Amino acid sequence: MRKISIDPITRLEGHGKIDIFLDDEGNVANAYLIIPELRGFEKFVEGRPVEELPDITPRICGVCPEAHHMASVKACDAVYHVEVPPTAKKLRELFYLAFYVADHTTHFYILAGPDFVVGPDAPPAERNILGLIHKVGVEVGGKVIRARGMAMDIIGMLGGRRVHPLFGVPGGVGKAITEEERAQIEAIAREEVEFALFTLDLFRKIVLGNSAYRDMILSDIFTLPTYYMGLVDEQNRVNFYDGMVRVVDPEGKEFVKYAPHEYIEVIAEHVEPWSYLKFPFLKKVGWKGLVAGKDSGVYQATPLSRLNAADGMATPRAQEAYEEFYATLGGKPVHHTLAIHWARVIEILYAAERLLELSTDPEITNPHVRNIPTAKPDEGVGIVEAPRGTLTHHYITDERGLVVKCNLIVGTTNNYAPIAMSVRQAAQGLIRKGQVITEGLLNRIEMAFRAYDPCFGCATHAVGQMPLEVRIYDADGSLTQVISRA
Amino acid sequence: MAKKSKLKLGLYWAASCGGCEIAVVELREKILLLDEAADILFWPVAMDFKVKDVEAMPDGHMDVCLFNGAIRTSENEEMAHLLRRKSKVLVAFGSCAYEGCIPGLANLFDKDSILRRVYLEVPTVDNPRGVLPQPATHLPEGEVEIPRLYNTVKTLGQVTDVDYFVPGCPPQPHQIWAAVEAILGGKLPPKGSVVGANEKTVCDECKRLREEKRIKKFYRYHEIIPDPEHCLLEQGIVCAGPATRGGCGALCPQVNQPCRGCYGPPPNVMDQGAALLSAVASVVDANSEEEAARIVGDILDPAGTFYRFGLPASTLHRARLGNR
Amino acid sequence: MAGTFEPRIIAFVCNWCTYTAADNAGVSRLEQPPNVDVIRVMCSGRIEPAFILKAFAMGADGVIVSGCHPPGDCYYTNGNYKTFRRMPLVERLLEQFGIEKERFHWGWISGAEAIKWAQLTHEFTERVRALGPLNWSRQLESKED
Repeated sequence: MRKISIDPITRLEGHGKIDIFLDDEGNVANAYLIIPELRGFEKFVEGRPVEELPDITPRICGVCPEAHHMASVKACDAVYHVEVPPTAKKLRELFYLAFYVADHTTHFYILAGPDFVVGPDAPPAERNILGLIHKVGVEVGGKVIRARGMAMDIIGMLGGRRVHPLFGVPGGVGKAITEEERAQIEAIAREEVEFALFTLDLFRKIVLGNSAYRDMILSDIFTLPTYYMGLVDEQNRVNFYDGMVRVVDPEGKEFVKYAPHEYIEVIAEHVEPWSYLKFPFLKKVGWKGLVAGKDSGVYQATPLSRLNAADGMATPRAQEAYEEFYATLGGKPVHHTLAIHWARVIEILYAAERLLELSTDPEITNPHVRNIPTAKPDEGVGIVEAPRGTLTHHYITDERGLVVKCNLIVGTTNNYAPIAMSVRQAAQGLIRKGQVITEGLLNRIEMAFRAYDPCFGCATHAVGQMPLEVRIYDADGSLTQVISRA
Repeated sequence: MAKKSKLKLGLYWAASCGGCEIAVVELREKILLLDEAADILFWPVAMDFKVKDVEAMPDGHMDVCLFNGAIRTSENEEMAHLLRRKSKVLVAFGSCAYEGCIPGLANLFDKDSILRRVYLEVPTVDNPRGVLPQPATHLPEGEVEIPRLYNTVKTLGQVTDVDYFVPGCPPQPHQIWAAVEAILGGKLPPKGSVVGANEKTVCDECKRLREEKRIKKFYRYHEIIPDPEHCLLEQGIVCAGPATRGGCGALCPQVNQPCRGCYGPPPNVMDQGAALLSAVASVVDANSEEEAARIVGDILDPAGTFYRFGLPASTLHRARLGNR
Repeated sequence: MAGTFEPRIIAFVCNWCTYTAADNAGVSRLEQPPNVDVIRVMCSGRIEPAFILKAFAMGADGVIVSGCHPPGDCYYTNGNYKTFRRMPLVERLLEQFGIEKERFHWGWISGAEAIKWAQLTHEFTERVRALGPLNWSRQLESKED
């Protein structure tokens, strides 16, 4: 078989590659998404005081450090059996929502947006944030930078550093907010709601208003029916910070709903020798390989999954957008991978609305924001929704609170099997019978994983897109064609 | 008017978290100024240039390469050597490349114990045949290769010649811009210098009031609610400020968190952990050996506290192999 | 057995107390093993933890730190207070690095205690000999093994 190596693609915390194997007819026999890196956080936190993990674990990802920080702090609360004061809970959620606005905005405009605004087949040199700005105007570009920046300013106000902020503490948060700070946050939140509505409108115009994109979204190549996972509150509405984890099956029926400490009974991880990343799956359904459907334990944890797993959104305009989403796409659950982009924009709106709600909550400036733990530390699990998926931190400590064992199920990791399948599906659908492989084709394969907003896609900068090279070897192993992005 | 030729710039990430990339995005509007002044020739995370394109460049073709991330796998090392050849100036950008940073904590363990924990021992793993990632795997369709994991995390400077170091986890955006301006203006200090930081410690920028440090007890930061005005170390919370290079703006103490040391050692200090140990010991108020031992005994994890960010760059580099 | 391992031991000692003891031990022809290299500092409080780590990194199999007895003997009044505040942390740090605590000795020997010095050099050398070479830099050459 001939092997085409797409190397590198960007990924979680460094690199990834895709190896595509072509049979004699030039069709794709298989395509493997390979993650070539491991750092070993689950081991090297052993021996560290558990309360230092909210500082150490955010270095798993500098794009979503707030997610790790928050999951870690919640796990520490559980380890120390300490109650968090109500104001601190609200402040943590407020902090977390500001992060969501910044992060989802970064992905939508800087990473995903160019594919839709400039076009999947546009010259690579234009298919980036600069090309997007040329197309839609400097005013929009400035708006995006401002909106993202303001949300990051809230992060800095509460957590010091804007990347790897430190806000949560076992038992609460590090500081309360003054009325002046509250007013600043409220003003930012109002602007963010407007910006989210603007973004949703932009999506409708540019993506939904374009029949080629609509067809792409609905196409079989980019459709993957699996189980869907997300955190929900007591009314089964999407919540990023707290709640129970709900999983629905490919038909939308609730499959399981579990509390953080029960995660071990629900999730297991499969190992393959050709990648450093493990494949989580639903234990009770079982690992059936990289296959979709109800009989396979593969599940997705993405913005789309969260909307599929929930019964609605907790804020009014996001709820309207949620209803429009399902009405347009033919009901729940939606299996169209590229619709994740739309779900992500709806989440920006929810995050902004909820941020505004919290910033005007009467309790939010209360100075009591920490309880000192008194119980003996032992074990705890903390779960939040990272933008890229359900994030689980599980710590076991000795009686002094030094970590003895740590287990982490990280956002994008949940999605490794579905991303691998989406990539394989796209490769199989787009490369047929040894046809000429264009640069645009490569980009469309990329769009299959970019929709998931994997950590690797997120860490990018403002200009350009991911590197791809397709090297085609004949049966003797000689290089016959090299296609790379210009 | 003749157009000044643009700076040829490369950016790359090895074993990193992406935070340094986001720190560059935090330049906000200044990113557009950077784009006007520089042609980015290689940035795998954002642009479509391949390793092959870098290999095809003449040696020294790129003016500056900002390399973040530690050296943890064979691929990280290969890229370090490649980018050294193709760049006139190679910058170790951020704490991972400069001193190893958090991934460097893996140097308290070894490759085997990490692989065992991740793939065999964690409670959720379902791996009855004990499968571990392999450098090469024969699959039905063909062979797939992945990089080899090293036992020891290294800094960029430990595998190749580095021209400048920009510290921080991540480097603060205002410092990144200062470094960019220095590069664009051709005003760089002597080779081997640390840029994007100041010549003092974090204490210099910290707004808290300092009186006299005489500690009778160390507290873990969740055990007490510190006074917001006074020095944290004086209140018994271990703060790495006295042994950490300044320039970040002392952001963490402003939000009631102690400094953890992410900007690395102060000028003229080779081993940050040893310096921090000394600094912390020096504030202990003890009249006897027993009292001193009791007070410092409250610091439960000396290695992880003093070498949080700088273990690979430290004097000993790693814990003894076969330690665990 | 052939080729007995000869430990390489570095001793950081203070000028006024332990160095005087070591000097007296020499002058009195008290037998001492040749394995201990003495580095004289003015006060044990001068000994930065970095020196101890560097000694091990550069090939020492064992390290000794010795100064004047607290509370009253220190020539500089309380230089040795700095010592006893640092050394417990150094011990635990070394343990976390996998350097056995038998390879590191810290304590007090006054100028009048030449015999104690000579005994220490004997006992410590044998203690370290039993542990075997540390050879710190060798493990840094390994990549994957």
